[in-house]
Amino acid sequence: MTTQTLKASASRAGLIPAVFAVVLGLGIVTLAGHVQASALHDAAHDVRHATGFPCH
Amino acid sequence: MTPPMTCVTPPASPATEPMFSRILTSALFAGAAAGLIAALLQLVFVQPVLLHAELYESGELIHFGGAAVTAHPELPGMFSDLQRDALSIVFTMLTYTGYTLIVVALMSIAEGQGHKVDGRTGVLWGLAGFVAVHFAPGFTLAPEVPGVAAADVFARQIWWFATVATAAVAMWLIAFGSNLISYVIAAVLLMAPHIIGAPEPEFFTGPVPTEIGALFAARAFGIGLAAWVLVGSFAGYFWQKEAKHAEAHA
Repeated sequence: MTTQTLKASASRAGLIPAVFAVVLGLGIVTLAGHVQASALHDAAHDVRHATGFPCH
Repeated sequence: MTPPMTCVTPPASPATEPMFSRILTSALFAGAAAGLIAALLQLVFVQPVLLHAELYESGELIHFGGAAVTAHPELPGMFSDLQRDALSIVFTMLTYTGYTLIVVALMSIAEGQGHKVDGRTGVLWGLAGFVAVHFAPGFTLAPEVPGVAAADVFARQIWWFATVATAAVAMWLIAFGSNLISYVIAAVLLMAPHIIGAPEPEFFTGPVPTEIGALFAARAFGIGLAAWVLVGSFAGYFWQKEAKHAEAHA
């Protein structure tokens, strides 16, 4: 195996956990910042305004 | 004589699990720390402006009437509503931990492509993150003080996500692009959502004085910038720290 293919396979292997982490991060941001369920909205209200999310 | 053992071949199964735990661990440390500081900054600098605006939203103070209104009404003191502030701290930490997960994941990809990632270069990551997530959407949908008139929230959220996504791609192209075309594409991506336009309200009904609205937007941007620089720097720092930790245990 050449160094190049080694690097390529290593970066492919690194892509799967990165994608998982992005999906998890997006889920958290959506839940905390965007879901309109009223309990969540009320609890996160001030943060949503201060962080520049569309709130109401 | 046998040569010293060096691991030149990757493991039979891709090293997915340790990589994921490295991303997760560094993102949790960095996100929680940056989120906590951001929450405290917000409580000190943004919350008083928000509480002031709420006096107009609730009708307790009325602007545009015949009489002038004091610019310094009695506001609830800092930490006067502990439950409300505690919830704000929790949700700020959650939000920035979510962002940091995405940042660290992208850092892992950049490092895989040979770019240096540490606490110092992390500052640039943070600036790029601020532009993508705060400044780009806020350029047209400015941070909303309570009580402002706004279009349907779902339509604004769609515009917000689309703008953040295009701005994030643009920042990646600016950071890692190597030719003029990528910079031109980045500029188009940055401008397009604002030229197309965001959902705007049909009428202006906001009861809050413009002075408070402007101060709120400025403060929200300022704290967002500080928070994002911390996110980027902490993410880069913990990313390297976890690498050393993993090497020490290998």
